[in-house]
Amino acid sequence: MTAAPADTVPAPVPADGAAPTGPEPAGPEAALIRDMVRIRCVEEELCDRYRDDQEMRTPTHFSIGQEATAVGVAAATGPDDLVYTGHRSHAPYLAMGGDLRAMVAELYGRESGCARGRGGSIHLVDRSAGFAGSAAILGEMISVAVGAGWSAALRGRPQVALTFFGDGATEEGVFHEAVNFAQVHRVPVVFLCENNLYSISSPLGQRQPAGSTITDRVTAYGLWARSVDGNDVYAVRAAARAAVQRCRTGAGPAFLELHTYRWREHVGPGWDHDHGYRSREEIDAWMARCPIRRAVEVARPTQPGLDDWVREWERRYRAEVRDAVRVARAAAWPPVSTLVDGAYGAGR
Amino acid sequence: MRELTYWQAISEATVQCMAEDPTVLVLGEGVDDHKGTFGTTKTAFERYGAARVVDVPNSENACAGIAIGAAANGMRPLVVHTRADFMFLAMDALVNLAAKWRYMYGDQGGAPVVTRGVVGRGWGQGATHSQSPHATFGHYAGLYVATPASPADAKGLLVQALRGDTPVVLIENRNLYPMTGPVPEEPEPVPFGVGRIARAGDDVTVVAASLMVAEALRAADQLATRGVGVEVVDVRSIRPLDERIICESVARTGRLVVADTSWARYGFAAEVAAVVAETVPEALRAPVRRVTLPDCPAPVSWPLEEAFHPGADEIVEACLALVGDRRGELPRLTSAAAGFHGPY
Ligand SMILES: Cc1ncc(C[n+]2csc(CCOP(=O)(O)OP(=O)(O)O)c2C)c(N)n1
Repeated sequence: MTAAPADTVPAPVPADGAAPTGPEPAGPEAALIRDMVRIRCVEEELCDRYRDDQEMRTPTHFSIGQEATAVGVAAATGPDDLVYTGHRSHAPYLAMGGDLRAMVAELYGRESGCARGRGGSIHLVDRSAGFAGSAAILGEMISVAVGAGWSAALRGRPQVALTFFGDGATEEGVFHEAVNFAQVHRVPVVFLCENNLYSISSPLGQRQPAGSTITDRVTAYGLWARSVDGNDVYAVRAAARAAVQRCRTGAGPAFLELHTYRWREHVGPGWDHDHGYRSREEIDAWMARCPIRRAVEVARPTQPGLDDWVREWERRYRAEVRDAVRVARAAAWPPVSTLVDGAYGAGR
Repeated sequence: MRELTYWQAISEATVQCMAEDPTVLVLGEGVDDHKGTFGTTKTAFERYGAARVVDVPNSENACAGIAIGAAANGMRPLVVHTRADFMFLAMDALVNLAAKWRYMYGDQGGAPVVTRGVVGRGWGQGATHSQSPHATFGHYAGLYVATPASPADAKGLLVQALRGDTPVVLIENRNLYPMTGPVPEEPEPVPFGVGRIARAGDDVTVVAASLMVAEALRAADQLATRGVGVEVVDVRSIRPLDERIICESVARTGRLVVADTSWARYGFAAEVAAVVAETVPEALRAPVRRVTLPDCPAPVSWPLEEAFHPGADEIVEACLALVGDRRGELPRLTSAAAGFHGPY
């Protein structure tokens, strides 16, 4: 375990301070910040618990530093839309309004978990929130999202499917096959590539040709594709709205490359700048572009008392996740007698 | 003989084969990183660098085909998957091409690509990160499939794979990596299709593959205190399968337990039972017992995962049932893999 980099970089949200005096900021911009703060708080708390309790026996991929992509995209979705993700699933789940207690219980392997303890961190699901599933085999959910969007179109529903995946997943054949199909059939699906520059410890330049971009490659299939600053939540939301809008009008699929960065190690709670694959300077530079801090800076002039409210939200959500952990740990395990239940459906 | 861990034995075999044969290449996601595929590719990368130990993009399907093309054209690619589950994306190339190449082109040369797949069992790896596909690959004629259970075999079978003319799938259970055992210094090949008696006994034969060999040995230790002699047969490779060593043992003991890290249906355990039923049906003094996974995907939740994976304890139960004995005061055994810690 190594210490957090950037001792000198202030935490994006100070831990204590005055309680806010004015009314809670309302409106969509404040909601974006609030949702990012909530996800950050949840994930930081879960990181600590993961490391210290040794009770969450499920490999976890945290999105700390990448909150703007999930929150910006979720803000562009409607109640009937469906989101599918790969392994880095917590942030999109929470951004879509997935049940926090059910997610935490899932990480603790409890029967009250969102997948009844069978799936773990990489198989989160909350259908009532439009979070339709996550899976751990790279690229696996990309084609599934195309199928979901296609079925909506076939049945004449104004539903859009969205799918999150990383830069690494775009190397899989299924990504290209799915993009091609979606374009040919004008499927209402939004492909969301969170380009965080690494696939585990392999840097992008070692995996994809220099002088080309993922967006360029997708553009060659004829898709409407945009390259977006993924740490700017407002830019992400604007691009996602345009993408979803295209889908709704039957104009076919859309693709967004969201440039961002994960602060922690690929899987698990640790900091990993001393393993030689990325430098502390690089992490520090990205932490200085913290999506929460940037969004606050933009909103501050028009939102009096925002900083106090950010602190208040942090307190609120820290308490919320601690409570969720407490509830999860007190919850029942799945009975071993039910081990094989659910492997098959009803009837023969 | 000096002792090595299982992962050290794989690393040593890789390095020695690369030294003696300049056409040996290692391909895999992250084979060059600080973890070096559980340590198994670290020394090879340090010694031979990125030209021969190649970090590949996330493209299992293409990489399998690329390795086959290279193998058919004179190279010796060793493809590594940190989770054997990812090999399903390589399935088309491995099954439709690698397995059939030599035969369907009229025996004018094969595509001897070697593929290592690691079973990631434990710590909530779940449905798609902990299954062992050895029987899946074992089904197809033209592939050799081995499940090394000891450090010496981990080395010897890899050496044989990299020297032989048949495509090979090696399935390694990550719970075996820390285990130690004597390993020859020289790169001595272990042939495919030759099992070994891991422990001799006269009352029950336990035929096991991979991690189940370790579980069977622990079960045999305990049963010995009860006067039950368990013979543990480590098949080493599931295709070709050493039918002789299995049938000779069962002919002597009259009782068979098959222990596998995968499911019973259409699997390794079913195959061994069929071989015995076909070859020495008169030898069986009791019905065959299979110790395998329950009929569901791997769950994540801790107590479910514990219940899902059979181990020494289930083997003890099966053996006792066959000899008509009761457990009595014998303590329950934890799995040989119980000490594994996360986060991954
Ligand atoms: C088919 C397949 N191959 C390999 C892996 C192992 N793996 C898990 S995550 C990962 C890196 C993925 O990188 P990226 O898609 O960029 O997503 P990120 O983790 O950066 O969010 C790899 C190689 C996998 N899960 N599935």
